Amino acid sequence: MTALRQWLQDPSPASRRQARLGQMWLAWLRIRRNRLAMAGLVIVGTLLVVAALAPWIAPHDPLAQDLTRRLLPPLTPGNLLGTDDFGRDILSRIIYGARITLYIIGLVAVTAPVLGLLIGTVAGYFGGWVDATLMRLTDIFLAFPRLILALALVAVLGPGIGNAILAIALTAWPPYARVARAETLTVRNSDYIAAIRLQGASPARIIAGHVVPMCLPSVIIRVTLDMAGVILIAAGLGFLGLGVQPPLPEWGLMISSGRKYLFEQWWVATMPGLAIFVVSLGFNLLGDGLRDVLDPRSAAR
Amino acid sequence: MTGSPVSGNRAFVLAGRIGLGLGSLAITILGLLLITFLISRVVPIDPVLSIVGERATEAQIAAVRAKLGLDLPMWQQFLIYVRDALTGDLGTSIRTGEPVAAEIARYFPATLELATLGTIFGTLVGVPAGVLAATRPGSLADQVVRVIGLMGYSMPVFWLGLIGLLVFYGQLDWVSGPGRLDPTYDMMMQFTLTPYTGMILIDSALNGAWDVFGNAVSHIILPAGLLGYVSMAYISRMTRSFMMNELGQEYITTARVKGMPEWRVVWVHAMKNALVPLITVITLSYAYLLEGSVLTETIFAWPGLGSYITDALFAADMPAVLGGTVVVGAVFITLNMASDLLYRLVDPRARA
Repeated sequence: MTALRQWLQDPSPASRRQARLGQMWLAWLRIRRNRLAMAGLVIVGTLLVVAALAPWIAPHDPLAQDLTRRLLPPLTPGNLLGTDDFGRDILSRIIYGARITLYIIGLVAVTAPVLGLLIGTVAGYFGGWVDATLMRLTDIFLAFPRLILALALVAVLGPGIGNAILAIALTAWPPYARVARAETLTVRNSDYIAAIRLQGASPARIIAGHVVPMCLPSVIIRVTLDMAGVILIAAGLGFLGLGVQPPLPEWGLMISSGRKYLFEQWWVATMPGLAIFVVSLGFNLLGDGLRDVLDPRSAAR
Repeated sequence: MTGSPVSGNRAFVLAGRIGLGLGSLAITILGLLLITFLISRVVPIDPVLSIVGERATEAQIAAVRAKLGLDLPMWQQFLIYVRDALTGDLGTSIRTGEPVAAEIARYFPATLELATLGTIFGTLVGVPAGVLAATRPGSLADQVVRVIGLMGYSMPVFWLGLIGLLVFYGQLDWVSGPGRLDPTYDMMMQFTLTPYTGMILIDSALNGAWDVFGNAVSHIILPAGLLGYVSMAYISRMTRSFMMNELGQEYITTARVKGMPEWRVVWVHAMKNALVPLITVITLSYAYLLEGSVLTETIFAWPGLGSYITDALFAADMPAVLGGTVVVGAVFITLNMASDLLYRLVDPRARA
C-alpha cells in the first residue's frame, strides 16, 4: 500500500501511465478534502450499489400486488415505507426504481455528450462557415426551453422510456458542444496538433485522437452536473405520464400515482420524491466538487 | 476632436449591435419554427384522415390535401407555416375548433402572473442571501445559503408542490388549494368585473374588488412561492459569485481605506457593478420560470400555458401543443436575447 502510494506520488514518473495515474491520485486527494463532494460521491455510490443489488436487498417483488395490504403507513412490519394503492411495497419499488433512473441517466450520459463533442470539436477545429452553421444550430437548441422541447418530442414519438431518453438526449447536447468548441479553440493552433498534421494525419484522426481527449475533463464535469437536471426532467416526464409507463417503478410515475391519495396517505407520493431529491442532490454536490478540483479556473477561488 | 463625432460613432455602433441582435433573434425564431414544423410533419396522426374520415374517396382526400396545402413541396409548406405564424395564425385546435392563438392569449396571463410573482420573490430573497454569503465566505451563513440553493436545484418542483399543498393547505390550512380562485369568487370575477389584463391580482385591484384580491393572493402565494424558491436558488448562487468577484477588486479596498461604512461599500459600490450581470441572471431565471410553470401548473390546476400544453398533449391535439411550444419558445428566446442585449448596453467592458 505504501509502495503504491510512493509510486503514485513519485515526482519524476518513469512512464506516461505513472504520470497520469499520479495526477488522478492528486485529484482524488483534493476531492477527498471537500466534504460536500464526498457526500455526493457517497450518494452516487449508494445509487450504483442499490441498483446493482436490487434483487437481493429489496424485501418484496416491486410488481407484486396484494390488495389486502393496500395503502399501509410507513413502519408497518414488513413494509418499512408503507404500501401503495395496489398493496405494492414502496421501499422495494424505490430500490428497483434506482435501476430505471440509472438506465436513463446512463444512456443520456453516453449519447448527449458524444453528440455534443462531435459537433463542438468539428465546429472548433474547422472554423469558418462550418463553425458558424453548427454554432447557430447549437444556439437555436440552447435557446429552446428544454422541458417543453422534450414534451413536444415525446408527444410526437409517443410515450415510453426509449422515447423519453431520446427526447432528453436531443435537448441535452448543446452545452457540451459549447464546452467542446471552446476547448478545441484553445488547442487547435498548438504545436503538437501542427506536428501531427505535418505527419499527414487526417482531420478525423486529429479530432478523435488528439482534440477530444483534451475536451474530456470539462465535459465530464458538465455531465456530472447535468445528471441532476436529467433526473429531474425524466421524473417530470414520468410524472406527466409521458416517460416510463406503468407498472414499472419509475420514481416520477410513482409520485403521480400517489397524488390521488396525497391528503390521506401522504407517504405514497412523498417517498419516491425523496429518492429523486437525494440522488439529484448527490450529483449536484459531486459535480460542484469535481469542478472545484479539476477546473483550474475555479480552483483559484 | 470634440465629443460629437465620437458619440455619433457610438450611437452608430449601438444601432449596429441592436440590428445584429434583432437579426440573430430572427434567425433563432426561424430555427424554432423549423423545429416545430418538422415535428408537426412527422406526427403519425394524419391530419387529412382526421378531417375526412376513413371512408372518404380518393378525390375527397386529394381535395382536402390541396386545401391544407399538403400537396405543395416541403419548402413551400414551411414558408406558408412561417408566414402564418408571424401573422399570428398558429392553426386550429382539434379539441375545441378554436384558433390556437386566441386560446393561448386567454391562458397566457395566468402563467405570466405566476412567473412574475415568482421572479419577484426569488429576487427579493435571492439577492440579499447571495450578498450575505459573499460578504462572509466560508461562514455558517454562507454554508446555509449554499445548501439551500443546492436543494432548490435538486428538488423535483412537482414534488415540492405536492408537499407544499399537503402541509400548508391540507394540514395547516394557511392557504387556499389548487386553482386561481374559489368558485364563488371565480363567478364574480367572470361576470361582474372588467377584465383589463387577464391577471387576477391586477384586475381585481383595478376594480377595487378587494375580497377577490385577497382570495387570489391566498391561491397564488403557494405556487408563486415555490417558483420563487427555484429561482432564488439560481439567483443567490450567481449573486454570491458576482459579489465575491467585485469585493476582490481594488476600488473596494480604496473605498474601505477611505473609511466608508461597510454597508455602503457593499450595497452601493460593489452592487453597482454586480448589478450588470445580475440583470442578465434575473431575466434568464424569469424565462426559466415561464418554462418551469408547466409542471407547477399541473399540480396547482393553474389554468395557464403549461396546463394548456399538457392538456392538449393528452388529447393528441398537436396544433395546440406546437402552438404553445412556439409561444413559450419565442418568449424564452426573446428574453434570452433581451438579457444579452441589456448586458452589452449597460456594461462598457462588453462593448469592446
